[in-house]
Amino acid sequence: MKYGILVNEGPYQHQASDTAYQFAKAVLDKGHELYRVFFYHDGVNNGTRFAVPPQDDRKIAELWSQMAEAHGTDLVICIAAAQRRGLLDEGEAKRQGKDGNNIAPGFRISGLGQLIEAGIQCDRLVVFGD
Amino acid sequence: MSMLHTVNKSPFERNTLVSCLGHATAGSAILLIEDGVYGALEGTAHSDLLRGALAEHSVYVLGPDLNARGMTDAQVIEGVSVVDYGGFVDLTEKHEKVQAWL
Amino acid sequence: MSEPWEEEGPGTIKKFMYVNRKPPYGTIYALESLEVVLIAAAFEQDVSMAFLDDGVYQLKKGQDTKGIGQKNFSPTYRALEGYDVEKLYVEAESLAERGLSEDDLLVPVEVMSREALAELMNEQDVILSF
Repeated sequence: MKYGILVNEGPYQHQASDTAYQFAKAVLDKGHELYRVFFYHDGVNNGTRFAVPPQDDRKIAELWSQMAEAHGTDLVICIAAAQRRGLLDEGEAKRQGKDGNNIAPGFRISGLGQLIEAGIQCDRLVVFGD
Repeated sequence: MSMLHTVNKSPFERNTLVSCLGHATAGSAILLIEDGVYGALEGTAHSDLLRGALAEHSVYVLGPDLNARGMTDAQVIEGVSVVDYGGFVDLTEKHEKVQAWL
Repeated sequence: MSEPWEEEGPGTIKKFMYVNRKPPYGTIYALESLEVVLIAAAFEQDVSMAFLDDGVYQLKKGQDTKGIGQKNFSPTYRALEGYDVEKLYVEAESLAERGLSEDDLLVPVEVMSREALAELMNEQDVILSF
């Protein structure tokens, strides 16, 4: 089966991104295809490069980056939600005249169309939120 | 054509479990995750709510979320099945679509 | 990975339902889910919006947001028709529980019973919640 995941909340604040990650891992462990993980609302904050959580706690952004590296998982951050919340890649930072960018490896910023496309292409679209 | 409904909030905090059960048609499945697992426990003011749902639905609860909150399988309402994340994936495969009650 | 001929082609039309259960302004879900619907319009899918529980408040007439410093985005619901999003379903019980009637709503909708809405949910291919 082909899976799409929508993550509506940011890391740590709500369990949504943890549950989404555990679910995503289980999808891959079961041999299904994980087509895309789409981050919306505060979910875009899962893609920050600058998080420094306590040493003895999970590093959520890094976990997603590692999943992308190990499995080629497509991690997409919604551009509109990202702009609102200050999550930028290099191109966006230049376009918006900001003095830095903060996107984590393995994530890419794109439009809401990627979420709809996942809904069309996937057999299952599972939503994690608050 | 059956649906899997997920509920992630405690029935003490939000009306999502009530709303979910009000809309879940006979034969659909319900999975309680995150804080939603509190709805699966015996001996609470809301136990009857989920017990009643068993007549028309298969009901599941995410084990890791129960354990995280200091609950054990033994405290779960009889008839509710405990699953892990692998079981969660299996449920999404078995049912044609998933609706998250947030 | 699926073979190219197994991918859903440009002709695929799925039934997408956007479930709205939260009121406006207290959180961003109402606004940002509306933004998804507008973008989704370009994909020519079979789109419907369901308003139930506190989601019915999103459609309340006369929203004056000057005092709270937020943008009043309720006129956008009237623009949906122009995007070919015409299926707006409002749950009768949710209206009644809140002492509202169809006359209180700022856009033409189809009011339906909880039971009918539940059946409609079953007919969808993809259900998005925010």
